[in-house]
Amino acid sequence: MGDLSSAPIPPVGPDDRVRGEGEEGLIVYADLGCPLCAGAWGRLSERPGWLVFRHFPVASKHPRSPALHSAAEAAGTQGRFFEMVASLYADRGRVDDPHLWERAERFDLDLDRFEADRRAERTQARIKRDFQSGIRAGVAGTPALFDACTLVTVREREF
Amino acid sequence: MIAVGEQAPDFTLRDQDGEKVSLSDYRGRKVLLIFYPGDFSPMCGDQLSIYQEVKPEIEERGVELVGISVDSFFAHKAFQEKLGIDTRLLSDFEPKGAVARAYGSYVEKLGFANRTLILVDEEGTVAWTYESDDPGEIPGANVIFDALA
Repeated sequence: MGDLSSAPIPPVGPDDRVRGEGEEGLIVYADLGCPLCAGAWGRLSERPGWLVFRHFPVASKHPRSPALHSAAEAAGTQGRFFEMVASLYADRGRVDDPHLWERAERFDLDLDRFEADRRAERTQARIKRDFQSGIRAGVAGTPALFDACTLVTVREREF
Repeated sequence: MIAVGEQAPDFTLRDQDGEKVSLSDYRGRKVLLIFYPGDFSPMCGDQLSIYQEVKPEIEERGVELVGISVDSFFAHKAFQEKLGIDTRLLSDFEPKGAVARAYGSYVEKLGFANRTLILVDEEGTVAWTYESDDPGEIPGANVIFDALA
């Protein structure tokens, strides 16, 4: 996976998945298979300002996460990234391949392209790049929120 | 807290399968001891899950991972299965926390170990340590890679 030593998160770049706009914003490292991320997503979506979504699939804990992140990226190549994310968080019981195809059809995606894109090497590399940057920044649980380049919020809970 | 350069205290504990494991079994290899508060707590689950995701990269650097908590080995087995991890988990169960105490990781008032990472080198010497400010802080995997750089 390359260098995993400490480093600040990369600044927001042109290929980041960004929604909203404004002076202020947050970068979230999130896992599409994580129930806590699903719970937080509604609040994050509704807050003012911009929001950057970075991929942080924890496959050992959530075995479907890699497939879900690939599906979101593939939807993103057709302009439907955040619709896919919202849908996956809203309906966590329907995350098998046929459910992903249903979503792709609902979002009017070209299904053949969706299938090719979600399995494409560049998609995997894109997801891995985000994951690696999260590891380097010390992400040790999701959702992890960064304001500029500082980790500002982690879940409050008992250890 | 044990200091870098000290001989790592040897121990024999049971792993998640009930097998007896000694630190001296790892002589000639590097091992990272991961002391953590307890099985099934959300943060301990996160910590071990994140380390699992980068375990191949840690092993590429010649280091094996071993988790240690005061839980029984039966609990370790269930926790390992719940998380989907294959990191070996050792049971510091009886006398409770004796190994964590030997390494200076045990928190008496809480009754379990603080989050502490101890890198033991091939000769059984403590090569690096990291202790969280409190059990609510998870050391990111990045600090391990910093230590191994």
